[in-house]
Parts: sequence; C-alpha cells; structure tokens
Amino acid sequence: MGELFWILISAMLISNFTLSLFLGLCPFMGVSARVETALRMGLANIFVLVITSICAWVLNTYVLPHAPYLRVISFIVVIASLVQIVEMAIKKISPTLFRELGIFLPLITTNCAILGFAIFQTNRGYDFLEGLSFAIGAGLGLTLALVLMASIRETSELSSIPAVARNMGLVLIIAGSLSLAFMGFAGLFST
Amino acid sequence: MKATTPQQDLIRGIWKENPVLVQLLGLCPALAVTNTVANSLAMGIATFFVLVGSSLLVSTFKKVIPHEVRISAYILIIATFVTIADLVLAAVVPLIHKELGAFIALIVVNCMILGRQEAFASKRPIGRSLLDAVGTGTGFMIALLMMGTFREILGNGSILGVSLFGGGFEPWVIFILPPGGFLTLGFILLAFGWWEERKSETIRVRQWPHGVATPSREEAA
Repeated sequence: MGELFWILISAMLISNFTLSLFLGLCPFMGVSARVETALRMGLANIFVLVITSICAWVLNTYVLPHAPYLRVISFIVVIASLVQIVEMAIKKISPTLFRELGIFLPLITTNCAILGFAIFQTNRGYDFLEGLSFAIGAGLGLTLALVLMASIRETSELSSIPAVARNMGLVLIIAGSLSLAFMGFAGLFST
Repeated sequence: MKATTPQQDLIRGIWKENPVLVQLLGLCPALAVTNTVANSLAMGIATFFVLVGSSLLVSTFKKVIPHEVRISAYILIIATFVTIADLVLAAVVPLIHKELGAFIALIVVNCMILGRQEAFASKRPIGRSLLDAVGTGTGFMIALLMMGTFREILGNGSILGVSLFGGGFEPWVIFILPPGGFLTLGFILLAFGWWEERKSETIRVRQWPHGVATPSREEAA
C-alpha cells in the first residue's frame, strides 16, 4: 500500500508531468487562461489517463510480448480511438463541457502526456495497480499545474505588465518559476 | 490557401513561421531534451527525418486516404517513421538514445509534424510538400540548437562536451535542469517581444501625424 502511495505522490509532485517532464504543454499553454476551464481540462485528462493505463497494461501483457516493435503504433491507435469514444460520450452527456473544452479535447490524443504516460508505465514495468496509481498521480499533477498556472494568469491580468512581456514569454517565465518551486519536492524522498 | 512560390515554401518555416519560436508548436521536445547541444542535434535530426518522410508519404497518398480517417492515417504514417528513427538511433548512438529515452517515441505526438501534414502535405503536390517539410524541419533544428547552446554554455560551461571557460567557471546548474528549459525559451520570447515592440515604435514615429492632435507638416504649412 505504501508503495502505491509513493508512486502517486512521486508522479504528482516530484516528477510532475508538466513542470519537470514537459509533457502536456499544449493544454498547459492553451487552456490555462481561466481556472474553471483548467480544472475541467485536468479532470478530462485524469479520466483519459486512467483508461490509457488500463489499455497499456492489457497491450503490454497480452499483445506486445509477441511484437515489441509495434509498441508506439499500437499505443497511439488504441489511445486515439479511445479519446474519440470519450469525446462522443462527453458531447452526449454534457454539451456545455464539450463547448468549453473546444478544440483541446481531440488534441488530448496528440497530447504527449498520454502517450508519454503509457511509455513510462511500460519502461518502469508497473503492474496493474501500480499503473492505476501512477495514472491518478500523473493526472492530479497535471490538474494541479494547470490550475496553479490559470490562477496566476488570472491574477496577472489585473496587473500592469510591460508591453514586451505580453506574449507567451511571460507564461514561460511563470512556468519556469513554478518548475523551480516544484523541484523543492525532491526533498520528500530523502527523509 | 494563399498561393506561394517554392522559395517561400522552403524559407517560411525556417524563421518567419518558425515552429518553436513563433508558433510555439513541438514545445515538449524543445524544452525536454535541449540540455546539451548533442542531444538537441540528435532530436533535431530525428524530427527532421520523420517530418520529411511523413510529408512525402502523406502527399503521395493524399488522394487515396479517405477524408474521415485522415488524422489516424497520418498518425500511423508518422508512428512508422518514428519507429524507424528510434531503432536507427539505438543502433548508431546508443548513449544519446538512452539519454533521450521516451522522448524519441514522443516525436509521434509532436503537434508540429501532424500540423504540417494537415495544413500542407495533404493539399499540395509532392515537391512543394518536401520543400515545406525541409524548411520547417530546419527551423525546428535551429530553434533546438539555439536553446541547446544557450543551456549548455550557461549550465555546464561547455559546447558539445568541450569545456569553454576552464576551472574558474561556476556553472548555473539550473539551466540544465527542467526549470532552465522554461526560462530559456521565456527569455528568447521576451527578446522577440522587445524586438517587435521596437520595430512597431519605429513605424509609429515614422507615421507621426497620423491620428495625433498636432497638425501635420502639410497643414501647418
């Protein structure tokens, strides 16, 4: 049980997907202007990550031992079809949410966080439960980074920013500072 | 789509519409593997190969691929080339391949590559698509090398592993760690913003009387 907990904490804080592995930067830059949207995007990501984890585990256990060179291709095909299904489900269940997330829902497919997650899970040889806790940790980490970023951006809208920094430069500098702060969590393991 | 000349197709991606520095596409590899020049170069070459290869195939088969499943077809083509690049790198430069790790496989989800297929290769003749792919791939490599050089010099005091400053230099380790990636690109974009701002100010000075209450020279005269 302790092992699972550490996998979760480690994926969420210490090697945060966005801030220390640079995965899932597109939504991090694109949908982080409003806290509410950021939160929803994060939740959608957690959902997709959990399903990806299950798929990747099934593929790794039953299919890929016979054809290891098909790893990247089979991951991407399964994940892409999966996201398509999730998209249709969300469109049916909550049109508001669908409108809100707009173009970024189909883009979850080409979101490096999802494929990167599947590959990391394989490389580290996680079993089913470890994979699930890794997925939830990674998803929570993405959500945390998105929400933090969105809160900072909402606040910074009211302050006077020099014209030079009104492009994405400012966002990247903020991300750099956040990443710097998250490096502090590395100390969690040594205690 | 605007008509363009072959030269424009080639040059556009290198600077004016640079995928990383202007369009902010493909940020994941641009930030993750640019901690040394050698890694940036390997990633740049691999991405260049995948981009040119998939543009060639997509452009060749654009009439055959059904419109409804085109994105999946593009991704399959890209993934095939990535698998080739992955195996070749593992055989030729095993050390760098180990250091880049999962990020080679992640070329598949580089939005820049899929974007070029959807926006260009699927609509244009083969020759033009190749030119566009070569231009964009070069632009990507230039951006990666810019960041890689900056980060390796500041973070390690060396270029391609060759020490520059001797023993007296205290490296800014932060630049080869993850935050350094964000900060480096942030500084580069701020510099671009400053450059744009200065250019638009020059234009404003040149068009001085326009929209200003003071009378223009002609009216005063």
